[in-house]
Order: sequence, then C-alpha cells, then structure tokens
Amino acid sequence: MSLQQLASRLQENFATGFVKAVEWRGDLAVIVTRDRLHDVAQFLHDDPGMDFDYIVHVSSVDWPDDEERFEVVYEFYSIKKRQRIRLKTRVPESDCIVDSLTDLWKGANFMEREVYDMMGIRFRHHPDLRRILMPDDYTEGYPLRKDFPLRGKGWRDTFEFLDETAR
Amino acid sequence: MGLIKIGRHDKDGTPDIVTTTVEKAVNWARKGSLWPMTFGLACCAIEMIAAVSSRYDMDRYGAGVFRASPRQSDLMIVAGTVCRRMAPVIRKIYDQMPEPKYVIAMGSCATSGNIYDSYSVVQGVDRFVPVDIYVPGCPPTPEALFDGILKLQERIMLKRVFLKQPDQVKPGLKI
Repeated sequence: MSLQQLASRLQENFATGFVKAVEWRGDLAVIVTRDRLHDVAQFLHDDPGMDFDYIVHVSSVDWPDDEERFEVVYEFYSIKKRQRIRLKTRVPESDCIVDSLTDLWKGANFMEREVYDMMGIRFRHHPDLRRILMPDDYTEGYPLRKDFPLRGKGWRDTFEFLDETAR
Repeated sequence: MGLIKIGRHDKDGTPDIVTTTVEKAVNWARKGSLWPMTFGLACCAIEMIAAVSSRYDMDRYGAGVFRASPRQSDLMIVAGTVCRRMAPVIRKIYDQMPEPKYVIAMGSCATSGNIYDSYSVVQGVDRFVPVDIYVPGCPPTPEALFDGILKLQERIMLKRVFLKQPDQVKPGLKI
C-alpha cells in the first residue's frame, strides 16, 4: 500500500477525526483529533491491511504560541509490510490529557511516561503513570516545556544529602 | 628503598642504606599503590579505559588496579557528566571509601559541567565531594590523566601522616 492509499483509507474510515495528512520526503504524518486518537491507533494496529505491530517512539512538541499548545507524536512501524506512519494530535494546556495506547502496544508504557515526565501531558488509562527520568519527588515542573528555565529552578545546585553526611 | 642490609652494594660499592623519615616512607608507599575505582559516567570513561590498556599502561604508576567496590579503593576518578540524580550516589560511594582517599575530576564535565548548563547537570563534582586534582579536556587524553595522577602523587608526598594537616597549602608551594 502506498502512502497516499494509506492516508486515504484513514480518511475514509475516520471522517470525523481526520484533520490532515502530510507526506514529506517519503514519510507520512497523519494529524487526528484527540478524541479519535485511540480509535485511529486501534485501526492501525488491528486492521489486516494496516498491521502496524511495532511502536517506534512517542514524543511531544511544545508550541507555546498556539492555542492547542502541545503536540503528541506517535510513530508506528509495520514489520511485515515494512512501512511507517506518524500520528500526531494536539492537546490544549488547560486539559492536558490524551488516551494511552498501552493497551494496544505494551512498548508505549515507558515512552508515555517520559512524555509525562518531560512535558506534563497525562495519559488516560495508563497503568503506571509516574516520572521516569526525574525523581518522584521532583517539584519544579516539566523541564522540556518552553517556559521552563534552561538552568532549572535551583534543583541542580541543592544537595540536601550533604546535611546527612559529615563533611 | 633498599633497607635490606647495612653494608656496600655488591656491584658498585655504594652504601646499601637509605635514610628517610617514616612519613616519607608511608607517603611513598601510598602514592605507589593507588587503587582507583571505576567511576565512568560518560565518554571520559572510554579514555580512562584506554589509559589502563596495554598501549598506555597505567599500571606503571602503581595505579592500575581498578576496583568495582569503593571499599577496596582509595582513588575515585569521576570521569564524565554528573547528573544531579547521580550526585547522592557519588557522595555515598565517596563516603564508603576508606581513608586516605583522593578524588580526580576527569574532564570538563566533572570539573565544571562543561557546555551542559542545564537543569539536570551538576556544575562540577566539587560541589559535593572534595576534589584533589582537576584534569581538563573533553575528553582528556590518557596522557592528561597520567599527568593528573603524577600531580596527585606529588601532592600525596606533601601530606602529613602523623601530624595534623596544614590548614591550607601555602601559595607558591610547588605541587
């Protein structure tokens, strides 16, 4: 199936959720609305013509000037059919949550945790949504957001463990 | 340190005795058997590994027996970028090392954080452990690390063993 066919099949099946498809340098990116993200992903995963059985990556982008500020980017790969697709959806800052895809791809677990840790986007029905890179008691916020100061808010220079050790 | 017998050397007839102080003898023994601990955190570790390999042979300075346990080592070579989340671990490991102990900050990252002026990177390992020698470079070559070890050995020779340490090293003292 060519990328155009792939995109048009998605458009046929999801008339309401489909926003647009962009093909650039041999990669297909499909933008969907947030409420249909899980349905589109399920279709990509289960449909025998699609058969995207491998989740490559979950990442996120911060567009601070946009109304829907955050963008969650999923990348899938079909090992049998050797084709890729990128799925994007937008999330507003006020309601920063998307449906988790861990029920379809187990591998999404840690990658969604990383997006939560770095960007603060929560994932509905995620089995274990904790911080993964930063400590559990980290209070300064979400470091990859554009309004987060580059040098942090003092955590890197506070060494509270030194009080417990004799210097 | 030929304290074997009092007399003349068999071959050239030089006196077979060396006079020294106990302090110097102890320091000499300490500097010649540094047991470093493997503490590679980033790419500097690769140069540290190369320094132990046969081409560079760190063993000839008596500092080649790398240990995986802090309890068996007296030199911590912090080689690489120190993240804030790693900091308590480094401090704990430093505290577990037996005295006397020495720290070499290897590379720009362990010395000052290098270009990683970010929320998670500690701007120099000396913020939470005392550092004896800073080795510059990104990464330092094995020769640079050896220079640091030789400087550390010279510094060990200046240490007081049975007396209180001087409060600070006098400026102008050759180290």
